[in-house]
Amino acid sequence: MAVVSANTTVMNNVEAVRATLYDALKSDERVCILGEDVGARGNVFLITKDFVGEFGERRIIDTPIAEASIVGIAVGMAMEGLRPVAEIQFADFIYPSFNQIVGEAAKIRYRSNGEYTCPMVIRTPYGGGVRGALSHSVSIEALFYHVPGLKIVAPSFPADVKGLLNTAIDDPDPVMFLEHKKTYRLIKGEVPNGHYTIPLGKANVLKEGTQLSVVSYGLYVHWALEAARQLEGEGISVEVIDLRSIRPMDKTAILQSVEKTRKLLIIHEDNKFGGIGAEISAMVAEEALFHLDAPIRRLCGPDVPAMGYALPLEEEFMSSPAEMADAMREMVKF
Amino acid sequence: MATTITMPQLGETVTEGTVAQWLKSVGDNVDKYEDFVEVSTDKVNAGVPSPVTGTIRELLVKEGETVATGTPIAVIDETGATPAAAEAPAAAPRAESTPAPQTPSGNGAAASVAESAEIESAARGASPAVRRLAREHHVDIRTIKGSGANGRVTADDILAAARSGAATQIAAPPAPPPSAPPPAAAPPIVPGATQTSQYAQPVPGTFVTLTQARRIIAERMVESRHTAPHAWSMVEIDVTDVWQWRVREKDRFERETGFRLTLLPFFIRAVVKSLAEFPLMNAKFVAGNGSAPPSIYVNPEMNIGLAIGLPANLVVPVIRHADKLSIKGLAAAAGELIENARKGKLGVDDLAGGTFTVNNNGANGSWASAPIINAGQAGIVTMEAIVKKLIVRNDDTIAIRQMMNACLSLDHRVVDGYVASGFLASLKRHLEAMGPQGEL
Amino acid sequence: MASTDTATGTLERHGLSDDQLRAIFRNMLLQRQLDNRGFQLNRQGKVPFALGSEGHEALQAGAAMAFNRGSDILAPYYRDLGLCLGIGLTAYEIMLSIFARAPDHNGGRQFPNHYSSKAAGLMSFSSILAAHLPHAVGAAYAIKYRGEKGRAVLATCGDGTTSEGEWHETMNFAAVHKLPFVMLVENNEWAISTPLEKQMAEPQIWKRAAGYGMPGRRFNGFDPIATFAAVKEAMDRAREGGGPTLIEGTCYRYLAHSTDDNDMTYRTREVVMERRKQDPVPAFEALLVEHGVLTAQDVAQMRKDVLRDTNEATDAAEAQPYPTPADLYLHVHEGAWQPWQS
Repeated sequence: MAVVSANTTVMNNVEAVRATLYDALKSDERVCILGEDVGARGNVFLITKDFVGEFGERRIIDTPIAEASIVGIAVGMAMEGLRPVAEIQFADFIYPSFNQIVGEAAKIRYRSNGEYTCPMVIRTPYGGGVRGALSHSVSIEALFYHVPGLKIVAPSFPADVKGLLNTAIDDPDPVMFLEHKKTYRLIKGEVPNGHYTIPLGKANVLKEGTQLSVVSYGLYVHWALEAARQLEGEGISVEVIDLRSIRPMDKTAILQSVEKTRKLLIIHEDNKFGGIGAEISAMVAEEALFHLDAPIRRLCGPDVPAMGYALPLEEEFMSSPAEMADAMREMVKF
Repeated sequence: MATTITMPQLGETVTEGTVAQWLKSVGDNVDKYEDFVEVSTDKVNAGVPSPVTGTIRELLVKEGETVATGTPIAVIDETGATPAAAEAPAAAPRAESTPAPQTPSGNGAAASVAESAEIESAARGASPAVRRLAREHHVDIRTIKGSGANGRVTADDILAAARSGAATQIAAPPAPPPSAPPPAAAPPIVPGATQTSQYAQPVPGTFVTLTQARRIIAERMVESRHTAPHAWSMVEIDVTDVWQWRVREKDRFERETGFRLTLLPFFIRAVVKSLAEFPLMNAKFVAGNGSAPPSIYVNPEMNIGLAIGLPANLVVPVIRHADKLSIKGLAAAAGELIENARKGKLGVDDLAGGTFTVNNNGANGSWASAPIINAGQAGIVTMEAIVKKLIVRNDDTIAIRQMMNACLSLDHRVVDGYVASGFLASLKRHLEAMGPQGEL
Repeated sequence: MASTDTATGTLERHGLSDDQLRAIFRNMLLQRQLDNRGFQLNRQGKVPFALGSEGHEALQAGAAMAFNRGSDILAPYYRDLGLCLGIGLTAYEIMLSIFARAPDHNGGRQFPNHYSSKAAGLMSFSSILAAHLPHAVGAAYAIKYRGEKGRAVLATCGDGTTSEGEWHETMNFAAVHKLPFVMLVENNEWAISTPLEKQMAEPQIWKRAAGYGMPGRRFNGFDPIATFAAVKEAMDRAREGGGPTLIEGTCYRYLAHSTDDNDMTYRTREVVMERRKQDPVPAFEALLVEHGVLTAQDVAQMRKDVLRDTNEATDAAEAQPYPTPADLYLHVHEGAWQPWQS
């Protein structure tokens, strides 16, 4: 971490998560962290490094390897007044806890008619491009974004990580906080000092443009931005929007952009069928059909179970700034 | 005060119940929460407790009878209850209204020019945004040279044309004429619309409640008619010889088997022989989906469905492997299916797996008909009434012969007229070659 | 009965006063009456579903007597009518749940028997078996986290639930962290239609306690006093920081699983009638009359009162309005909320 001005500090995404959790533990006695290897090991990515020494085993809880109950115990803590931050070590391991998230956490407030609430955060690293193979690389957002009662955040920049994680911990309802693990140390940025929050459901226009709207999130936001900047040199003007929050999602930002550029390209790493892009496409078709001057296009992961370990399999699964630039050119030319 | 008791829903997914036993008779006293009837469903058997204390006035359903949940089953006169202050009046009949008819656009010639311009432009790939902008700026898209891929007109092209005034302007549509008189208040669609009657004894002015079977028939017919493009063809067949053959054999056959010998098994025999020559008539059209293109599946078996009309519905039981059976075997198989159909004893297996259907329609005097194909098959043939006719034969002699029309409906996706005519000609050939003697 | 010393004819009370014994018996009578009413209302077509706990009366009334209202937390399952009555829910609240009326704690959203009351310390639960148990240990962790003395969580489940993975996860976590937690298994020998021998090779569930490193014991769940003693011992240990306990009460499910089930498809009437001979309700009545805690007249009056209370609760709940269609949209999240932010 390097302080570049009195008001900001340069951090990568790991440091941003860690700093935010640290502040939350410092400022709110109700906040505790539970998950696999979050104690002495300090989490496999060192996000909770040294926490147990400072906050103790009571608040930094090394759990048995049992994902269903990691989430389930956090639900019980939340129902009884704590503010747990549960960690699933890799998003791929979240499946055993599916019922606790979808069947329980998402429904506590609703099924008790508001008597009980479930203010908790489920943090998990997701995404590929790190030679993670079938079980350390998946994207899981589409499995959960269908579910009323859940909120899902997927920030890409350290400053957003801090603002959105603060909001998630303060939120009175369960929030899934998805961290793209390839961005963990790859992406650095200035982070404002002191406590601040960013509201859920607000997208961020990273780059303004007039000929095409690109909507993305996670690692691909960075690649899409790189491609769009490259196209500037060719005289092509692309607007890039970072969703940051998947549920709720910022309808206004998407529609405003599409009504300006008349063309929409959605880019995500998760596979295409039934993915986040499907919902965005449907919304734009419902709300802005007569502003479209080209068919909506989705550049997404292929519909295969996961990316393989062998490098060519991973590379085939993942997109690239060059592929994104090609798609942008085609859309603008249409 | 009389309380009407309805068949309760005994289970989350249960839709009907059977009165297994009345535990009370008319005139008996019953206490609140005392069981007065035993009801059985496919999930549970249970006593039903009375909601009131009183006397049984009426039992509306017989033991063993199955009724839908919510159907009134008994009326109990409540005792000791203070008369209700005033019974709520029955809800006033809801004014059913039909949707207001669309007012004619009245935009005249200009509008239709604009509309046709837009339709043509849409066909040429103008996007929704382009069409909207063209409408708003009164620009004729057809007159613009597109700058997009393959000459496509883009939104920017429209805006540029509107700015420069280069493109042909379409006159702005005139204002709509003074508003048309509002549509008269729609009358209720069916007065007394709550009355229902049974299909077998329909009562004018009532709704006939559909049985499950009738609902399925309705759905399947619509499905077939909407998905399979029907074509139709007919041939006239001389059945004199086969008729005589049947007459000669029928008494012995009935004595030996107990089944009547009709012409139906002869017809089926001829049909399977023709199907063997034209396997595409024994096929089905398989729609494509995202991963597979459409195709035609040629059935490996000949399972002939027999259309059997009953008073309240139509059933089509199936003779499996009909090509493997003799006329005698076909007669026995058909006889059993018809008997079971009339007794309502057909099983699910009897009705499944048909690949082609034969309808012996002529028994009712019909002379020609255009049947609807059983969904999932390529054709259906009807055998019409047999009529004596004067016929000029090939050697120019005149004869009195028994003639019959055979009508074929075919799925035009599977076969064309070429195959259909060949099939009918073959059917004619086989039937005319039968009899007057032979082995059944 | 285990609680009587047949040689001396004295009643082993485990500290229960006459009033408490009478309260236990009244709870048992009320359970049976409310259960019956639920089935009756279903057969009348007034409610779509009901589920009874006949055979569990003694176990639940006895266990509830060991629950400290106002401090302990109960994480029950769907066959715990008597426990919920015993910790303070009223017949009227039960009927609101059965009729799914607006004033119900769940606002008429949940299935009947899925009681919930934050005021009573009764945790909301779903129909997914064992899913509530991690919540229970989470609550127990919160108690320990805040250093609250004298509080504990009582969680219950049937024998069927002990096959779930989360049952194991819960037991393990509770033991590792020595949480103020008691796992009470109500073993009625049936998981809907699946008998105990098809659920587990070792039918004595309490023996699993040793594997988790916690104390375990089994008791006769037809005996409310023995149940009270076992639950109290375990809850006291939990409240005093002694960690979790696994206790197993044996009982029997006399009714079908629910109004949607026909148990005669998988067990015989004869078997059920044989087990009915041990019915805990008449047995406890006889014990209390024998020892002078109640007279026969007291019992008759109590039955009348319970029927009256049930009738009044039924009528009062039925008279309440349903939730309105607009209620469907409330409480998805705090405040008004849509997946699309605009």
